[in-house]
Amino acid sequence: MCVLDAGDAAFTVEFGDAIDPDLLAAVNALDVGIARLQAEGGLPGVIETMPTFRSLTVFFDPLQTGREILLEALRPLFAASGHSGGDNGRLWHLPVCYEGIFAPDLAETARSLGVSEDEVVALHSGSEYLVYMLGFLPGFPFMGDLPKALRLPRRPEPRLRVPPGSVAIATGLTAIYPWESPGGWHLLGRCPVSLFDAGRESPSLLAAGDHVRFVPVSMAEYERIERSLKAGEIEPQHWLTSPRAEDAEVLR
Amino acid sequence: MNSPAALEIVSPGAYASVQDIGRRGFRRIGVPWAGVLDPRLMRIANALVGNAGTTPVIECFDGGLQVVARGAAVRVAVAGDAVIEIECKGERKALPAWRSVTLADGEILRIRRMGSGRIAVLALEGLALPQVMGSASTYARAGLGGVDGRALVAGVRLPAQAASGGERILAQAPVVDERPIRVVGGPQAEHFSAEAFETFLGSDYRVTAEADRMGVRLEGPVLGHLGATEIVSDATVPGSIQVPGKGQPIVLLADAQTAGGYPKIATVIGSDIPRLAARRPGQTLRFAAVSAAEGERIARETEAQTLALLAAICPFAAEGVDEAALYSANLVSGVVHALSPEYRPLTAVDD
Repeated sequence: MCVLDAGDAAFTVEFGDAIDPDLLAAVNALDVGIARLQAEGGLPGVIETMPTFRSLTVFFDPLQTGREILLEALRPLFAASGHSGGDNGRLWHLPVCYEGIFAPDLAETARSLGVSEDEVVALHSGSEYLVYMLGFLPGFPFMGDLPKALRLPRRPEPRLRVPPGSVAIATGLTAIYPWESPGGWHLLGRCPVSLFDAGRESPSLLAAGDHVRFVPVSMAEYERIERSLKAGEIEPQHWLTSPRAEDAEVLR
Repeated sequence: MNSPAALEIVSPGAYASVQDIGRRGFRRIGVPWAGVLDPRLMRIANALVGNAGTTPVIECFDGGLQVVARGAAVRVAVAGDAVIEIECKGERKALPAWRSVTLADGEILRIRRMGSGRIAVLALEGLALPQVMGSASTYARAGLGGVDGRALVAGVRLPAQAASGGERILAQAPVVDERPIRVVGGPQAEHFSAEAFETFLGSDYRVTAEADRMGVRLEGPVLGHLGATEIVSDATVPGSIQVPGKGQPIVLLADAQTAGGYPKIATVIGSDIPRLAARRPGQTLRFAAVSAAEGERIARETEAQTLALLAAICPFAAEGVDEAALYSANLVSGVVHALSPEYRPLTAVDD
């Protein structure tokens, strides 16, 4: 573990340099510890924290506190960060249509991996992924790990416009683009469930530590889901199969 | 209260958006803070019109913003080194920045151009906009805040309250600070050789045309990496200086993505982010290293300076020589008659 400077108003506590569930557990343990201290009023001047694959960045107001004061206050948490809490992430089963215009890179991906398109779909939808972190775009989940047979680098030429909902893979990870944006990942399908809604109490559907499985659906089923979501007949929570305790309360 | 007063955007100029202090607490779900690039300008402009310091304002780039009062008189103030004029029934009058002015129904205020810098902030008395996730700041990529989640466009009307109270002025405009942009080394300084770090601190870097609220791409001597040119993505902060494989630094600003996979050689301190964001494409800048502790000390010093500026805001003298107007007008073009608190028509066009 080491502490890296990130200017005069933030620092990053780094646990390692790989994408690894154990590192994520250490990150989350520190994050939970800081949240608890904050709730107790113990960390005045801390604005927010940003957990990532392998590190936690602490943002603070240098007019209210300072790097040395905070590091001193966090020292007991660093000592304990090897012992992560249990896995309390939720499990989502999200629908994905791997067909037609929704899957512009499926054929090429299959070719470069030397497998059939059906196998790519079976492999991608056959694993459960851990949401390592959210970032890059609001609600954008970095999920892993892909089966070894699906690992390939980013596209040599990034697209200028990736459509929202695109389900993509690159560098051992998979993700869903919540927004239209430029992007260099390989697009295998489209998910009709909105990942981000500022009107929700938790604007991001997914949280770091959640687990996701993709369920292949036909084009017709995709359109039916899209219509029902738009009409408000189903909620995104519909695809939450294993809620955390507090969410279970809400669903009952 | 029935308030028909509004400020209508006639033209947003190069780029204008509603901003406040920003959206805190959502970086973990990928939502950047957004917010004004120069909080000091926001606080001064708001103080000039009698608003709370964090009331949303219009932030604009490179001049060209034109607004018109609708329905009633509205009070506005521009902070920033801007050349302003007011147009009423075809007659144009020059006006210095750093003061409030009441626009009668139908009067147009126009930021003709910037003196130094490229950012100006316009405050509107009584501007009230709904908050989205705790802020009215526009973050267009996700359609958050501002008006319909977008940058301002012609025709947008911002609700205001009818003008009240007397005008105010900032006695003396802030001094333009041309010192190097101060940075704290890291978080990935070890991805670069000592020579590369020396080059970074010892060279001029030119601001390219790709410079906006997301970030500023710089051009200058190549900064070579030691080993890999990518890292496992980690958090970025406002001020992060990423160095992609080509070795040309990119400074991330308020609207930048919250995580990135390029090594970050250093981070611009919060006090100097406004000065960096104010550099125009084509201008050069230099960096100077400070420790994180020194950065915190500078943050406190900057805040003290801001409070001193805010304390120097006083009622606008309606009689006699207005030294502040004289001072700023002479800096700008020398064509303004500053002996009167009223503004005279421009006698020449200087741009």
